[in-house]
Amino acid sequence: MKNKSLISITDYSKENYLRIIELAAEFEKSPVQNLLNGKVIACLFFEPSTRTRLSFESAINRLGGRVIGFADSGTSSVQKGESLKDTIMTVAKYCDLIIMRHPVEGSARYASEVAKVPVINAGDGANQHPTQCLLDLYSIQKTQGKLNNLNICMIGDLKYGRTVHSLLMAMSYFNPTFHFISPELLKMPDEYKLYLENLGIKYFEHEEFTGFISEADIIYVTRVQKERFSDPIEYEKVKNAYILKNNMLEKTKSNMRILHPLPRVNEIHTDVDENAKAYYFIQALNGVYVRQAIITSILGLK
Amino acid sequence: MKELTELKVSAIKDGTVIDHIPAKLVFKVVSILTLEKIETQVTIGINLKSQKLGTKGIIKISDKFFKQNEINKIALIAPAAKINIIKGYEVVEKKIVEVPDEIVGIAKCMNPKCITNFESVTTKFKVVDKKKISLKCHFCEKITLKEHIEIL
Ligand SMILES: [Zn+2]
Repeated sequence: MKNKSLISITDYSKENYLRIIELAAEFEKSPVQNLLNGKVIACLFFEPSTRTRLSFESAINRLGGRVIGFADSGTSSVQKGESLKDTIMTVAKYCDLIIMRHPVEGSARYASEVAKVPVINAGDGANQHPTQCLLDLYSIQKTQGKLNNLNICMIGDLKYGRTVHSLLMAMSYFNPTFHFISPELLKMPDEYKLYLENLGIKYFEHEEFTGFISEADIIYVTRVQKERFSDPIEYEKVKNAYILKNNMLEKTKSNMRILHPLPRVNEIHTDVDENAKAYYFIQALNGVYVRQAIITSILGLK
Repeated sequence: MKELTELKVSAIKDGTVIDHIPAKLVFKVVSILTLEKIETQVTIGINLKSQKLGTKGIIKISDKFFKQNEINKIALIAPAAKINIIKGYEVVEKKIVEVPDEIVGIAKCMNPKCITNFESVTTKFKVVDKKKISLKCHFCEKITLKEHIEIL
């Protein structure tokens, strides 16, 4: 993994995932270490994402590294019309690693090919967000004590939701069973279903909640976004059909945990927050350890 | 019939004949194979009668022999092209176009949000389905299907 950019979840192998999980567990035990002393890391957020940026910066600061960069492109040279290539080539001279978020799909892959330093993709439009996926894996391992043979239930926007696609790809190494619950318009795309079929992985599709959630080890909820619907009436019809409420969790397994990439709008009712099965806030904290693991392994410090 | 068509474009002694190119795409083939930079004699025939294509184009390039991977670059626009290698006015070898594993700089990514449609980035695709011709963008990872392929 040393000196290798992390752009897409498929850039890493199963062994790489396991290594990151192992390292993240070490950082969780001792998150403050001076491993990044003297290192400069550029955080280039061409579109704002406070949550992701703070998670990365916290990870870097706790390891004694320095951060340069910007929080949105309004304050950068991008506004003056500079090309991404020029920005990246310049910044690469000032730092040891680039972390970037950009609204244009494929921009991170392109940046990794023009930069002389490794690049971590912190989200390129609707395409990829691999550090989110690795923190999801870490959260699953931590709550279930294993990754193999789990029953994973995905709810919400399965068509455009990049987090569910990445998680599906990553979990496919671990013999899962999937249940997909979404409105017809936002169903899991055929290419992912075909991918599972070729690997002989079982999946089931549902349009509403039924008994199957009593089997789930993980319920992974994503936001159904209004802007995905061309017809606002369609949105009104489905928006309340996919809200997870506390009383729906009565018959679920004791080890079951609810994950959500956050931010949440209304797809998990606030009455779930107090339930011990709600894991989404701790999941966000895991992101710091996972990002510490990724940064130090790319810089060859671990 | 075949001989008559051949006669319309002068024969070459040594070189390559690319036949059965869709008539409208002859100049695309010229540019993909960068034939405009070639120093030897190039003869181009357009709108020749063809039983298979209706009309077709043909290109004859003297003293030039292509590697298979060069020829494969035209797979997206002239998949049915026939390549004849000529030595001493005789066809000594016939080649067909094979769909390559990777397509660089020929097609446009259909995803309007892709970086290749924002900056001058050379497009690059993995051919994920050689029969149906679907291309996966190296950058945005979206699939461009055959019916949506636009040649740059
Ligand atoms: Zn693309």
